[in-house]
Amino acid sequence: MNPLQKLFPNIDDWGEIGRACIDTLLMLGGSLALTVLLGLPLGVLLYLTGKGQLRPMPKLYAITSLLVNILRSVPFIILMIVLMPLTYALVGTKLGIRGAIPPLVIGAAPFFARLVETALREVQQGVIEASQAMGASLWQIVRHVLLPEARGGLFAGVTVTAIALVGYTAMGGAIGSGGLGDLAYRYGYLSYKSDYMLVTVLLLVVLVQLLQMWGDRIVARYKRY
Amino acid sequence: MIRFADVHKSYRVDGRDIPALLPFSLDIADGEVFGIIGLSGAGKSTLIRLINLLERPSGGRIFVGDTEMTALDEPALRAQRRRIGMIFQHFNLLASQTVADNVAFPLRLAGERDEAAIRARVDELLARVGLSAHAGKYPSQLSGGQKQRVGIARALANRPSILLCDEATSALDPQTTASVLELLAGINRELKLTIVLITHEMDVVRRVCDRVAVLDAGAIVERGTVADVFLHPQHPTTKRFVEEALPEEAAGALAPFARIPGRLLRLSFRGDATTSPALARIARETGVEFNILAGRIDRIKDLPYGQLTLAMQGERVDAALTALREAGIEIEELPR
Repeated sequence: MNPLQKLFPNIDDWGEIGRACIDTLLMLGGSLALTVLLGLPLGVLLYLTGKGQLRPMPKLYAITSLLVNILRSVPFIILMIVLMPLTYALVGTKLGIRGAIPPLVIGAAPFFARLVETALREVQQGVIEASQAMGASLWQIVRHVLLPEARGGLFAGVTVTAIALVGYTAMGGAIGSGGLGDLAYRYGYLSYKSDYMLVTVLLLVVLVQLLQMWGDRIVARYKRY
Repeated sequence: MIRFADVHKSYRVDGRDIPALLPFSLDIADGEVFGIIGLSGAGKSTLIRLINLLERPSGGRIFVGDTEMTALDEPALRAQRRRIGMIFQHFNLLASQTVADNVAFPLRLAGERDEAAIRARVDELLARVGLSAHAGKYPSQLSGGQKQRVGIARALANRPSILLCDEATSALDPQTTASVLELLAGINRELKLTIVLITHEMDVVRRVCDRVAVLDAGAIVERGTVADVFLHPQHPTTKRFVEEALPEEAAGALAPFARIPGRLLRLSFRGDATTSPALARIARETGVEFNILAGRIDRIKDLPYGQLTLAMQGERVDAALTALREAGIEIEELPR
């Protein structure tokens, strides 16, 4: 009997845990990429249309802001169930990695958009004024001033969002999206195999730690100036 | 030429119009250094931002050269802004970019794609402001004076005809202020650039400006050549600014001399008058006696000037004063 078996007597298929890990990473990677792709423009829109900003549009801001708040206030597990028809329409299934990604993105993008808005607000007003004085267009200001100047805050936002998404993917496991959360739920909760629960929790802790360290490193690099 | 024609500006706050600048007209000539001095809240930041329309006037028209700035659409305004450099009190450099990239920024904004041309221009500009050795540094690694030099290099990148200075030396120590002002004066001389600067320090005006306007509570209360305004301030606000620059001019500074007999006079010498020994000659000829109470010799930009406060007595004081005036010396009789 090897020591691993002694420690976790119920786990007979470590390969399954490995596959679940990969599933979680795939869900995380896919949904994070799409979340950034969707949340970044949404955050820029929130920033630009806000009061006293470059293109104040109170009505558009109020509507976008309300939408973002609504999506953020629905608990993810409920959002996932509510979105099932949309998920099916988008990717042709409600299950597995593909079925998990639409609700993950719709749940996380508004959250990330708020972080983007906050990060952009940290950019000094004077720098924006200086680029206006140099004849920069709105697009040039966004592309060459706001995003580069805020990149420390933006990467911190990506990190926080990635960690939130790890939590979301685990919840997704409960309704059939696979991954570590699914494992923990089926074996650890429904079958009382607590060693499964322990291993998945440990793996999730390690994943979150790695994400935070990776994020902090990038943020620190951009803080050097 | 920069021309304000019946321009005024007010801000709407809680449904009410708060005037920031009362209606005024002002011409700034090509190639001059024009100072606008005022306390904070007097409206000088608003005034300077009207030139490149970072602030839109509530009424009136603003011309830069032959272009009516107030009539331009967005793209045309952006093109005009590239012809007007601007530097700021807090420098407003891009913290995420190196010194070289900060200076290259306006070139890239203007659509320059030739990296070799950009590098050559950046090198030339950094050499002009004395920062060639710092091209690869980030703004946070520079001192305040160095940051402002980067700001100046950046402002000059697109070869503007006008440079706007928004309190450009207010965040700097006196020595650094002097070197930045010297740099600005040199740029004005060599590039024939029109400079408009706003400040709350009369000393900045005295060192580099040709003409000055004094702004008080949104109104231009006094304007003229710096020598005229500096040597003979009229408005109370102007007097206060001059007194700050010359503490010995302050009201009450002469109180200790109250017992000294004679008429209290302030003599101003400018240019050639500073080099001729008129006072001694005329005193000898008229037999008046004088007692020097305060004095200074300095420069207003490139013009040497002197100012003496003295008590004069004798039979022929009036004749002496006439002779002094004929010698080109300006005389003010002070109350005692």
